[in-house]
Amino acid sequence: MEVVQLQRQFLDFLTSLYREGFLDDQFVQLQKLQDDSNPDFVLEVVSLFFEDSEKLLNNLAAALQQQFVDFKQVDAHVHQFKGSSSSIGAYRVKDACVHFRNFCEDKNLDGCLKCLQHVKNEYYLVKNKLETLFRLEQQILAAGGKVPVIP
Amino acid sequence: MEACNCIEPQWPADELLMRYQYISDFFIALAYFSIPLELIYFVKKSAVFPYRWVLVQFGAFIVLCGATHLINLWTFTMHSRTVAIVMTAAKVLTAAVSCATALMLVHIIPDLLSVKTRELFLKNKAAELDREMGLIRTQEETGRHVRMLTHEIRSTLDRHTILKTTLVELGRTLALEECALWMPTRSGVELQLSYTLRHQNPVGFTVPIQLPVINQVFSTNRAVKISPNSPVARRRPSGRYMPGEVVAVRVPLLHLSNFQINDWPELSTKRYALMVLMLPSDSARQWHVHELELVEVVADQVAVALSHAAILEESMRARDLLMEQNVALDLARREAETAVRARNDFLAVMNHEMRTPMHAIIALSSLLQETELTPEQRLMVETILKSSNLLATLINDVLDLSRLEDGSLRLDIGPFDLHGLFKEVLNLIKPIASVKKLFVTLSLSSDLPEYAIGDEKRLMQIMLNIVGNAVKFSKEGGISISAFVAKSDSLRDPRAPDFFPVPSDNHFYLRVQVKDTGSGINPQDIPKLFTKFAQSQSLATKNSGGSGLGLAICKRFVNLMDGHIWLESDGLGKGCTAVFMVKLGIGGRLNEAKIPYASRAPVNHVWTNFPGLKVLVMDDNGVSRMVTKGLLVHLGCDVTTVGSGDECLRAVSNEHKVVFMDVSVPGLDIYEVAVRIHEKFSKRHDRPLIVALTGNTDRVTKESCLRVGMDGVVLKPVSVDKMRSVLSELLDHGVLLESQ
Repeated sequence: MEVVQLQRQFLDFLTSLYREGFLDDQFVQLQKLQDDSNPDFVLEVVSLFFEDSEKLLNNLAAALQQQFVDFKQVDAHVHQFKGSSSSIGAYRVKDACVHFRNFCEDKNLDGCLKCLQHVKNEYYLVKNKLETLFRLEQQILAAGGKVPVIP
Repeated sequence: MEACNCIEPQWPADELLMRYQYISDFFIALAYFSIPLELIYFVKKSAVFPYRWVLVQFGAFIVLCGATHLINLWTFTMHSRTVAIVMTAAKVLTAAVSCATALMLVHIIPDLLSVKTRELFLKNKAAELDREMGLIRTQEETGRHVRMLTHEIRSTLDRHTILKTTLVELGRTLALEECALWMPTRSGVELQLSYTLRHQNPVGFTVPIQLPVINQVFSTNRAVKISPNSPVARRRPSGRYMPGEVVAVRVPLLHLSNFQINDWPELSTKRYALMVLMLPSDSARQWHVHELELVEVVADQVAVALSHAAILEESMRARDLLMEQNVALDLARREAETAVRARNDFLAVMNHEMRTPMHAIIALSSLLQETELTPEQRLMVETILKSSNLLATLINDVLDLSRLEDGSLRLDIGPFDLHGLFKEVLNLIKPIASVKKLFVTLSLSSDLPEYAIGDEKRLMQIMLNIVGNAVKFSKEGGISISAFVAKSDSLRDPRAPDFFPVPSDNHFYLRVQVKDTGSGINPQDIPKLFTKFAQSQSLATKNSGGSGLGLAICKRFVNLMDGHIWLESDGLGKGCTAVFMVKLGIGGRLNEAKIPYASRAPVNHVWTNFPGLKVLVMDDNGVSRMVTKGLLVHLGCDVTTVGSGDECLRAVSNEHKVVFMDVSVPGLDIYEVAVRIHEKFSKRHDRPLIVALTGNTDRVTKESCLRVGMDGVVLKPVSVDKMRSVLSELLDHGVLLESQ
């Protein structure tokens, strides 16, 4: 019973993530790539994403604190971030990156700083959510059940 | 008296008289002797003298006469008998010869006289020949002039030069005072003076074409002498007394349409120009026949030359016109392309930018609905949801329609649950219908296959649109939906005579009828219904929303599905029936058929797995690289990943079948890498296929990729199925025919 409840909880949570726009169809695709030969695929990819993002965010913060901001460099970082987040399916993060890039093009420092904050927020949000999701997965597996897939 | 044998002179010997006689006789004798000598001398000198015998006779006669007179000298005094006998003998001889000569002369003199007449005759003949020679020489000269003139005329294709040269040369050849050309005006009722040799009249002067003298000239192709006082021959009063003779000839203006390919041009044209030639005044010259002939010949030549010039002008003008049109068309095309490009750019932006906030609004409002709300709040939220749904539909409609019109919309063919689709439609429409207290019935015929192959989403769209319309325009009663397989007799619709559906083994025609009991449609309005944005006034009620695009889009979709759609109505207030037929594939059971919208296995033969396929992935974004690798590994490939162009070039080998390159990275020259790969593998079957992965499907990127020799372009994000079909197509065809 616990398993069923956990599974339902997991499903509801996942559905809410989609609904709220934290994740999009790309995440579904990622889940599809996970199979018996590759059981931790999603976890690996997401972990890599977290590592990458931390680095990128630090770089961005540093670049924007320079006296003479190199917007091209900033744009390159944001582009990378956009790429990674869209590969994961982190929809809101990617969206924020798009806006960020516009400000970079306009060389609007204030806008960039605001966007950086926004991106950071979104990133931490989705990181939180994903960590919760993985925890739930672990719980289900520990209770002996199978992780449900959204049909 | 003594017998002295003397003869007494007859007259008394008068001394003076005797002396005179003596002298005269002497001189006579002298003359008589010298004349023959002279004769002989001169005859000997002349070459021709036919009558030598006569001369001898004459000479003899004269000599004897001389002898007689000489001997007479002795008879003045006493002379012996011998002298008398000699004298007598001489006289007798003389008489004989003279008579003979006289007789002879009767024969000779007429001859001599006729010689003279012959001489006169010959002289006349010579004079005549001389004259004729002169004439022939003149003719030959004129002939030469004509040839030269013709040559001059035909050597140019410029109309003005032709005419000017004609006049100048004619003027010179014939030594004319004035030579003028009158051309018919555009209207054809007047002749206008177009060219003159010596400008005696102003150019532009016109005369009406119906003058009798002009008619006379136009009616024959000979040169006609006209009066110097006729209006065409008028000249400035020059104080001369006798104007020279004037001749006019017609010059046919041949029209292009007169030239048939194999025939001579018919002179059935009615347009002539008039050439007027005036001899110099006071010259007493007359027009000779050969001069008139010359003029006629020239007129003919001019006509031909003018036609050639006209043809040339025409073709040059046509060519210029075509060039202009070409330029204009080019400009129009470029403008159209710019417009289309602008529109596409606009749409692309609209697509993303408008959908994003819409998505947020709809998602959040529906979330809000699930929370605890007061009734007023709930009402507000519902209204927000409804409006935003409407807006979303509108955006989708507009974007869809543009893509449909572009022809860039392609159907997503796949197997789906046909029965399920109808049930879904029913479920979606039931709530709205029940609010309006309308009943909805669905009847599916028993031979309707359970599963079909087609574009499920669009078919659903069509159904929803039609059923939605039915509900929208009905205030009471109900909607009945029926679907069945169209049989061959019901396939032909009289309304669409060019619709020939041909069912085959793999396909069937689905026929759907949606009947409502609503306000009906005026039969006259039916054709307009499928036009974009057109809504007849009677139908637009307060409650009906919509842009009027729905039916237009439906029609396009139905057409894409090789089908036909039409509406029938008996009139206002009598309800309406919408019928459509589309071609669907007959589907077998789906292996994993649960809910539609899920997996979409493509219809054409597809590999499900690619065991051992060696693939190289190049992407400088770690996460993205990992995801792509995971995707390919899931499909069974043997994947190598690299993070830069140089690494890629180092790692690529002829064992790799496909190279995937992420194009969205700035600063990395993907195109350069593609070119290098091409260079590295000269043989086509050694070279791995190169595919670009990009988030950007605009034409520029696509074209750049294809230009450097990439075999395909794939739009990110890539789903498992998309990657599967991409790889299938690459392995089957060696190239991606459509960018996915």
